[in-house]
Amino acid sequence: MTLMQGNPELLEVAVAESLTSTNRRPIAVVIATMTKNFAVLDDWTERYRYLIDLGRQLPHFPEAWRTRSNQLRGCQSQVWIVGIRSADRLYFRAVSDAAIVSGLIALLLEVYDGRRTEEILNTSPEFLKTIGLYEHLSPSRGNGLHALVQFIRGFAKAAGATRSSESDI
Amino acid sequence: MSALPALSTVPIDRCADLDLARIRAEFPILRQRVHGKPLVYLDNAASVQRPKAVIDAISDCYSSYYGNIHRGVHLLSERSTTAYEGAREKVRAFLNAASVQEIIFTRNTTESINLVASSFGGSVVKAGDEIVITGMEHHSNIVPWQMLCERTGAALKVVPFTDAGELILEEYERLLDSGRVKLVGVVHLSNALGTLNPVKAMIEMAHARGVPVLVDGAQSVPHLAVDVRELDCEFYAFSSHKIYGPAGVGVLYGKKALLEAMPPYQGGGDMISLVTFEKTTYADLPNKFEAGTPSIADVIGLGAALDWLNAIGLDAVAAHEHALLEYTTARLSEIPGLRLIGTARDKAALASFTMQGIHPHDIGTILDREGVAIRAGHHCAQPVMQRYGVPATARASFAVYNTHDEADVLVKALWKVKELFA
Repeated sequence: MTLMQGNPELLEVAVAESLTSTNRRPIAVVIATMTKNFAVLDDWTERYRYLIDLGRQLPHFPEAWRTRSNQLRGCQSQVWIVGIRSADRLYFRAVSDAAIVSGLIALLLEVYDGRRTEEILNTSPEFLKTIGLYEHLSPSRGNGLHALVQFIRGFAKAAGATRSSESDI
Repeated sequence: MSALPALSTVPIDRCADLDLARIRAEFPILRQRVHGKPLVYLDNAASVQRPKAVIDAISDCYSSYYGNIHRGVHLLSERSTTAYEGAREKVRAFLNAASVQEIIFTRNTTESINLVASSFGGSVVKAGDEIVITGMEHHSNIVPWQMLCERTGAALKVVPFTDAGELILEEYERLLDSGRVKLVGVVHLSNALGTLNPVKAMIEMAHARGVPVLVDGAQSVPHLAVDVRELDCEFYAFSSHKIYGPAGVGVLYGKKALLEAMPPYQGGGDMISLVTFEKTTYADLPNKFEAGTPSIADVIGLGAALDWLNAIGLDAVAAHEHALLEYTTARLSEIPGLRLIGTARDKAALASFTMQGIHPHDIGTILDREGVAIRAGHHCAQPVMQRYGVPATARASFAVYNTHDEADVLVKALWKVKELFA
């Protein structure tokens, strides 16, 4: 696991964007708002329609980042992710070729993007259970989302380890 | 795009020869709701469901007479052996093979093909030789041959197919004419396209040049009657779990003279005649290729599945499924932006398709919410996806228990997909 993947210059741009748009609301508030937004939609069609819209609003993921090394293993849909650490925060950009998976990526990044290592590691993706979408994270779905969560957590763990070794010096 | 005309006068069911309500009642798993909707199971090409007769046969074996086969002096072992060998005779009759010695039980089609690649291929194929397969093979009829080629220095040659999904037989003939071909591997019914290949003609063409042929029958056996003596193929492979039998059992048919000449695939118990540390002699066919304790109850379950299918009759099954496929294809063709992948003239059992601007995975996810189970993916046939320039397709595949009403549910759900992603 490296702490930077993808094209460095393009990542700088992404970080600059992230730094200006970083969601500084506490994770608990973000999750509560998200849960409420889904709760008002009473049938599954509307929830999926909302999810598809969220996926369409994902930040631009440049074509140059869609490399094999940025691609996660998923059988039925493809997922690409890049991560970078800047100061004490971790930033992620990700996308899928499938719309519903992209919508789920949007939910996950809303929670995990621009957060500190401990915040990420202390927040289980089980928050999707309340919304009724947690089943999509099952490894047997083969949609790449399980691998995406593993990537984010692994990236956070590696960042944490790097930082503690830096402080040792 | 579909080459089929829109059928305005499609008969809205019901195959006169089949009592579908009675057939469906024999499948306990079909009587359930998923996400609150009645289950519409259209992922039969991946794995079909089992009738109660098969579940009961397995349960009965374990409940009343299970014992290890071919070795015990006691009654249970004797009864299990009789039932196990009885299943072998049922498979022989099903394929119209000449002898039960030509029926080898394996784990699945994949293992059957690996057995041939390893045992036959390993003894016959040398550097500079060629293996011919087609561009529409499942990975399990590609990778074993690639591994053999890597081991031996032989080359893999691939028969191309047209946009409709039909093999180009002139190219096949040209490949055969190299004089270096040691084996042809061809899929009978393509799992990704639904194409029914002209295997009899292809076998004749190969035999005219002295080349043996393996037919991958994983998809074909549940949908059409297969006669290995009429086909005259050297090897025919299929899986129990696609023909209403339990998972974990496969079949390899091989011509006796070839199987006798081939070395064993795996060593172990049940495949030997005499073992000393100096030298071991092998058992006669078919035991030579069945090392270790097999999945006894599942083999017996396969026998029950064949009995069940024979009682319905494969001709009636084929007629029903053909009507269902024609009807579904016509209804699918009415959906703007839907592209059928595989429009061969000779087609069976399944419809593979894409929808413009909508990922197959999204199609599958929405259909699941509507209770409809289909496959979305590359169908373990990535070269086929590459041929059409798509990452994946959605695939609805039929079994004898599917109805025209279920086809309507599928089509209605696809219109909903279209509306949702518009």
